[in-house]
Amino acid sequence: MTKLTGDNIFKCIVAVIAAFAAIILIVNAYVLITGSVRVFSVSGFGFISGRSWNPGASTFGVLPAILGTLITSGIALLVGVPLSLGIAIFIVEMAPRAVRVPFSYLIEMLAAVPSVIYGLWGMFVLRFWVLDYIETPLNTYLGWFPLFSGTPTGYGFLTAGLILAIMIIPTIASVSREVISAVPNSIKEAAYGIGATKGEVIHHWVLSYGRSGIFGAIILGLGRAIGETMAVTMVIGNAAGAKGMPVSLFQPGQTLPSLIAGGFFDSQTPLQSSAYIGAGLVLLVISLLINIAAHVMVTRVLKVKGGAIE
Amino acid sequence: MDNIKMQSVDLNAWFGTKQALRDINLSIKTNAVTAIIGPSGCGKSTFIRTLNRMHELAPTAKMTGQILLDNQNIYNPTVDPVMIRRRVGMVFQKPNPFPTMSIYDNVAAGLKLTGAHKDKNLDDVVKHSLQQATLWDEVKDDLKKPGTSISGGQQQRLCIARAIALQPEVILMDEPTSALDPIASAKIERLIVELKKNYTVAIVTHNMQQASRVSDYTAFMYLGSLIEFGATKDIFESPKNQLTEKYLTGEFG
Amino acid sequence: MRTNIFKKLDLHSYKLRKFKNKIFYILCLSCIIVAIVPLLSILFEVILRGAPAINLQFLTGNGLHGGIGPAIQGTVILIGLTGAIGIPIGILTGVYLSEYGTNKYATWIRSINDILTGFPSIIVGITAYSLIVIGLIGRFSPMAGAAALSFMLIPIVARTTEESLKLVPNSAREAAMALGIHRWRTIISIILPSAKGGLITGTLLAVARIAGETAPILLTIMGSNFFFQGFSAPMDALPLRIYLNSQLHTQIAQTQAWGAALVLILIVLTLNIGVRLASNNRYRKITR
Repeated sequence: MTKLTGDNIFKCIVAVIAAFAAIILIVNAYVLITGSVRVFSVSGFGFISGRSWNPGASTFGVLPAILGTLITSGIALLVGVPLSLGIAIFIVEMAPRAVRVPFSYLIEMLAAVPSVIYGLWGMFVLRFWVLDYIETPLNTYLGWFPLFSGTPTGYGFLTAGLILAIMIIPTIASVSREVISAVPNSIKEAAYGIGATKGEVIHHWVLSYGRSGIFGAIILGLGRAIGETMAVTMVIGNAAGAKGMPVSLFQPGQTLPSLIAGGFFDSQTPLQSSAYIGAGLVLLVISLLINIAAHVMVTRVLKVKGGAIE
Repeated sequence: MDNIKMQSVDLNAWFGTKQALRDINLSIKTNAVTAIIGPSGCGKSTFIRTLNRMHELAPTAKMTGQILLDNQNIYNPTVDPVMIRRRVGMVFQKPNPFPTMSIYDNVAAGLKLTGAHKDKNLDDVVKHSLQQATLWDEVKDDLKKPGTSISGGQQQRLCIARAIALQPEVILMDEPTSALDPIASAKIERLIVELKKNYTVAIVTHNMQQASRVSDYTAFMYLGSLIEFGATKDIFESPKNQLTEKYLTGEFG
Repeated sequence: MRTNIFKKLDLHSYKLRKFKNKIFYILCLSCIIVAIVPLLSILFEVILRGAPAINLQFLTGNGLHGGIGPAIQGTVILIGLTGAIGIPIGILTGVYLSEYGTNKYATWIRSINDILTGFPSIIVGITAYSLIVIGLIGRFSPMAGAAALSFMLIPIVARTTEESLKLVPNSAREAAMALGIHRWRTIISIILPSAKGGLITGTLLAVARIAGETAPILLTIMGSNFFFQGFSAPMDALPLRIYLNSQLHTQIAQTQAWGAALVLILIVLTLNIGVRLASNNRYRKITR
């Protein structure tokens, strides 16, 4: 029997307030599920596997958007992960003490820039870099290869993927930095002791010891990339439906968030809104899976850091 | 001159502004065991870490003076620390086998760095190193198991095998038995006596009995200075310095 | 054994290894440079293209007069409302997790919090739209925008709070308990004040991040040419104005988008840099 003391009352109040996090999650899931019942009852599984998005004809398929999400995130990881790891390694293991903090600040500034500004910069600056220095040359000389085919405009999967790559760098770099700092000194010393160079110590020992944590960091970055909305919407070209089925890297396409952001307001019937909410539900499921995976991995590593493994 | 392997000349070392070593002049003789004893914080670990340039890995570490290996200063700017560490191996206080590698790979790691994995002799070297470390019979059927799967004493011998595999000239040991039980320690001590046939050994220990059992020469350090150095027998039986005597009789430490 | 073949191998491969080490260093250094280029380019372009748009009329006029006054006002209102909802809830959640957070329930809440920090922002937009714009109020509303942003703010603030409170040494708690002070009094009058620096830093950084969010408010406040018109009318905000103008193909609209971007980035970066200069860097990792 707990007595009704000030302490217990306070504890109950904060415990109840802490439940807000759970409530947010449940409310979001509930709204998305109930909101998308209508479109799933009309389109069924075809909503996931369908390629056509034609609100007028009431056909809704998010397959191109799912693929677009995966492709842009894939490009982001391909480009962003090596960069982030290089940055983390440089800051922890290589940079002179005096520049570590300024470098970390600069990288974290990347996280402070609002995504809509990334989008604006993407539309007016990055797009032309990509068009002039990547797409046009590749298309001219290797245009027969499907990935590089089509008419380059700078709007499309490649630009969206590259802008995501920049945006996920702070996430992956900062978590990797902690993981790398958590590698026990005794292991590094032993490796130096057998005559390894600094590069070898990092490559064979630090990265190998920290690999599960770094993997967690990468998954966390993937989660960011998949959910990112505005920057992608502004540079991906928003080709709806079958036109957005990815063939070439240079072609305009669609991701789940850009589909919603770009079209939600054009919906005129409850079914149409329901279709966009359904796209949100698909996004929620993908994002939850990835975030849960990242959470499990990162927590496990931080426990190790707490001293479980020596 | 003939049998001096390593020598420190006017060695001073700091961590930040804190001076850890003061004017250390000490010689380590070839194919002998030199023990460095002294109370905690006397600088004995710092000293041994200057011998293979591990000291400089600490962020605020500084030093002056020379360390001679075969009469060449290892702190000469043209000398690469990586090469020194190949010639002067190290065994640490806590057994630290590489947790992500198998027993076999732990021993082979140093050689693989040099591209030796293409060489068929690698198996032989691993076997020979484990035999020299008196570990082979205990692990020969488990070479694929992780290096951390064996007992603490075995792990420490694995670390010794890892150092031996590189065929160093000198092996440094920083309190190698302080994390081990008496039986495992005894095995390591026997091993150290064996090792001096092929290698020059320097061992830091806070255990005076251990120093008297395994070493040929003993150095006593106190507050960063070298107080007394000589043949182990002389130091233990007739110490010249009062501080040494006090330490050996347990008056402080 | 002493003079075995490995000695020769050593010397032979050594130059290559040293070269590889150098290359590795250069690669890592270039990574950091490659990442800083976009940052500098963004700052450069925003200033270069945004500065010409800036004048008093632009900053204070309404949308019909080519100004972003409503957007600035809207962003301030959103920050205020979101902060009023999100900060207390977030801090109290953090207090619970830090001070009572050893049980299973707390572990769950902590995990959910972590997962929410990576939640796609467009989804909270859909939720707030469905619940408030369609449901509760029936119109576009600043409240819907604030609700959506709070969903994003609460988990971040909860996490920064927990981490700041954990930095308060346990001896402070024990000392207070030993004096016979109640636990809740200890938390309110000793632990929270000693973590004040971290709390303020973390909260401000979280607010700075929320201030730049676009997706959640796109679906909830819709955008407007006019200054605040009450809680059941559309409102404007800086990020939204940037997006909407970027989609218009006129020179004027785009220049205004860059001008608004300059104002927004000034607000966000001032908060960021100011907070970081004012405090040490213990709390940085939380706002990645």
